[in-house]
Amino acid sequence: MNAVLQYVLYVGILVAISVPLGIYMSKVMDGETCIVSRVLGPVERGIYKLLRIDPNENMSWKKYLAAALFFNLFGFVLLLLILLCQGVLPWNPQGLPGLSWHLAFNTAASFTTNTNWQAYSGEVTLSNFSQAIGLTVQNFVSAASGIAVLWCLIRGLTGIKKYGVGNFWQDLVRCTLYILLPICLVSTLVFTQQGVPQTLSGNRYVDLVEPIAADAEGNYLPDAEIDVGTGTVTVDGETVEDAKIVTKQVLPLYPQASQVSMKQLGTNGGGVLGNNSAHPYENPTILTNLIEMVFLLVIAVGLCFSFGRSIAKRGISGGKKEGFAIFMAMFLLMAVALWIVAVQEQNATPVLAHNGLVDTTLGNMEGKETRFGMAASNTWAVWTTCASNGSVNSMHDSYTPLGGLIPMLLMMLGEVVFGGVGCGLYGMIGFVILTVFIAGLMVGRTPEYLGKKIEPREMRMAVLLCLATPIAILVGSGIATLLPGTADSLNNPGAHGLSEVLYAYSSAGGNNGSAFAGFNANTPFLNTSIGLVMLFVRFVPMTATVVIAGSMAAKKRVAESAGTLSTSNAMFVFLLILIVLIIGALSFFPALSLGPIAEFTQMLGLH
Amino acid sequence: MKHTIFRALGLVLVMTFLCGFLYTVVCTGVNQLLFPHQANGSVIEIDGKTYGSELLAQQFTKPEHLWGRPMNLDLTSFTDEDGNPAMYAWASNKSPAGEEENVLIQERIDALLEADPSMEGSPIPVDLVTVSGSGLDPEISPEAASYQVHRIAESRGISEEAVQAVIDRYTTGRWLGIFGQPRVNVLKVNLALDGILAD
Repeated sequence: MNAVLQYVLYVGILVAISVPLGIYMSKVMDGETCIVSRVLGPVERGIYKLLRIDPNENMSWKKYLAAALFFNLFGFVLLLLILLCQGVLPWNPQGLPGLSWHLAFNTAASFTTNTNWQAYSGEVTLSNFSQAIGLTVQNFVSAASGIAVLWCLIRGLTGIKKYGVGNFWQDLVRCTLYILLPICLVSTLVFTQQGVPQTLSGNRYVDLVEPIAADAEGNYLPDAEIDVGTGTVTVDGETVEDAKIVTKQVLPLYPQASQVSMKQLGTNGGGVLGNNSAHPYENPTILTNLIEMVFLLVIAVGLCFSFGRSIAKRGISGGKKEGFAIFMAMFLLMAVALWIVAVQEQNATPVLAHNGLVDTTLGNMEGKETRFGMAASNTWAVWTTCASNGSVNSMHDSYTPLGGLIPMLLMMLGEVVFGGVGCGLYGMIGFVILTVFIAGLMVGRTPEYLGKKIEPREMRMAVLLCLATPIAILVGSGIATLLPGTADSLNNPGAHGLSEVLYAYSSAGGNNGSAFAGFNANTPFLNTSIGLVMLFVRFVPMTATVVIAGSMAAKKRVAESAGTLSTSNAMFVFLLILIVLIIGALSFFPALSLGPIAEFTQMLGLH
Repeated sequence: MKHTIFRALGLVLVMTFLCGFLYTVVCTGVNQLLFPHQANGSVIEIDGKTYGSELLAQQFTKPEHLWGRPMNLDLTSFTDEDGNPAMYAWASNKSPAGEEENVLIQERIDALLEADPSMEGSPIPVDLVTVSGSGLDPEISPEAASYQVHRIAESRGISEEAVQAVIDRYTTGRWLGIFGQPRVNVLKVNLALDGILAD
């Protein structure tokens, strides 16, 4: 009963916070004065002055697109250089060397595309400088880029015979300064108060209560008798040659709190540490967990309400209802996903129950933390894959077969169930256009959205938006499974192994970044191909969105008539869900049945 | 176009200064000032000696100590200031429906029953036979702690009530009575049992 209450409250808290935040974001992005204007206004104007930006310039779609792409390109190059040169840069108390070219490429692509796929573990690979100056900056600006492009689309959809779609510089600066930075500054304080480290001084080493013995290769020796005084290790009465006695533990200390705040809020997800928000140093208590979990989705959910407010303000009658309809479609998909995962994980598996020798009342605890248990772990898993965030507080690789299928499916749907900040909603609007078109064909009406006719140019772009993800995932994982080397990267054999490959490309293809983390993705081929997939699915849809915005802005608004298909009623919500599921689920059913579904049937047969 | 390129480059640099350098330095400064204990890893330090971090698990295998979640140890990735290997741990990422997990769970059950054969017949709480998400989960469920009371009491020659009392002292309930799971901090219980940590 407590679990049900937790699930309901988590969802309730999320929605309750996202509504006011959505209204606030709408005000910020539409250039209205808001509570932080007095403090941050001068900073904003200072930046414009320094870079000689005219905030009143209304860019054409071509210029807007060029600004967005160049900005992301330079961000990518700078991050790439930081990672390659890590060894000679400051703030490196760990003394870590630069990254290999392929890992640097993959990581730079990953963080500029708001994916935060991690083919490395932070604590053994990255310095403070790379984490804070490299990755954290991209966490901010990749999130802001997504929200900026969403506003470009909003202006396009509502503009009447207009030429401009807004100002990319202003969108980016306002989003970062007024929305992301203030929230992160506050949450960083709470996180550290709860136990998340925040230091630049590097790792610490502290004493273990019980020393541990290892053989010469560093393998753990269980049942060893250890004499710390003489340094001898004996196993079953025999002295082990060259044995090592480990008396210390490493504490991986970084400026964690500041980075964790942003990776959660901006649907980035790249943890400072390899085990991400499962690690007590990123997520020590249930309070930090609650905040981090709400951060996963709150902007993406809020943007549905921002969208409604911003289009209503621009003269779309019933604009708020349009935003709410999209919210409902996303919400229902999320709720069903959560329910399935909750049931599957609570039921655990026959392997865990071990013929009654193990009491599985607590559910499938493999890869889950004691303080979170089922409700907080499962909600996180669903939200992080809804949100294209990709941070984890439990290991998805260790979910039950069907419990692990749902997160994968949510990414395969193209990250449109709320999705990444900005990009999730513009991705969903691609599906809305597709739905309007298909519904229009079925009943013989002219396809229209928000009073604008949908014509071949917009349709081509919408199809590109909707199909980029499935194409990237299927082609990528298809090629990877054909190559002999990929099998060496697997952590689990059989059907679960295929799931690991499929999950990796789904994660990249949805710009999510979570992983079936046993999979070793740090090889030249996997780093390069996954990196290319991430760039493709980020910038192709982004480009398509700006093109749609440009061509919609130039159109006139047609009056609503009896022949207009409502895009804000329950029927349309149902149709939209159907189209999302048909495109996503049917593309992936064959692949899923060879991976998680095959493992599920094996599991039933095994016992 | 030239202007766009220059401004894009300029904005990347401005943002790097603002969201990278300034943000990190301000957060670090303020948190080091307000919460020095937490900001530096929540280390348990008594009379100048360190006993680990209250947030990170250690491996316990002696019968007189409370055992935590099974650990997937890494003794090669880190070396301390003197060049000696230092302990770290990771998640297993094993499928809970797989044959490998099946074997591992059997081994963990055997180890628990070998340490206390009298517990034969009582089901083992699942968190005692599964690796955590971080690999460094510092806590176990109260059920998993109670399961070990008999073994700890016997090997220390003290009463089960005394052991349970220490466990209860380091048990945290659900947050606000609703969120998360009740749990026991393993390191603190062991330090208290060893007489190092006085409440």
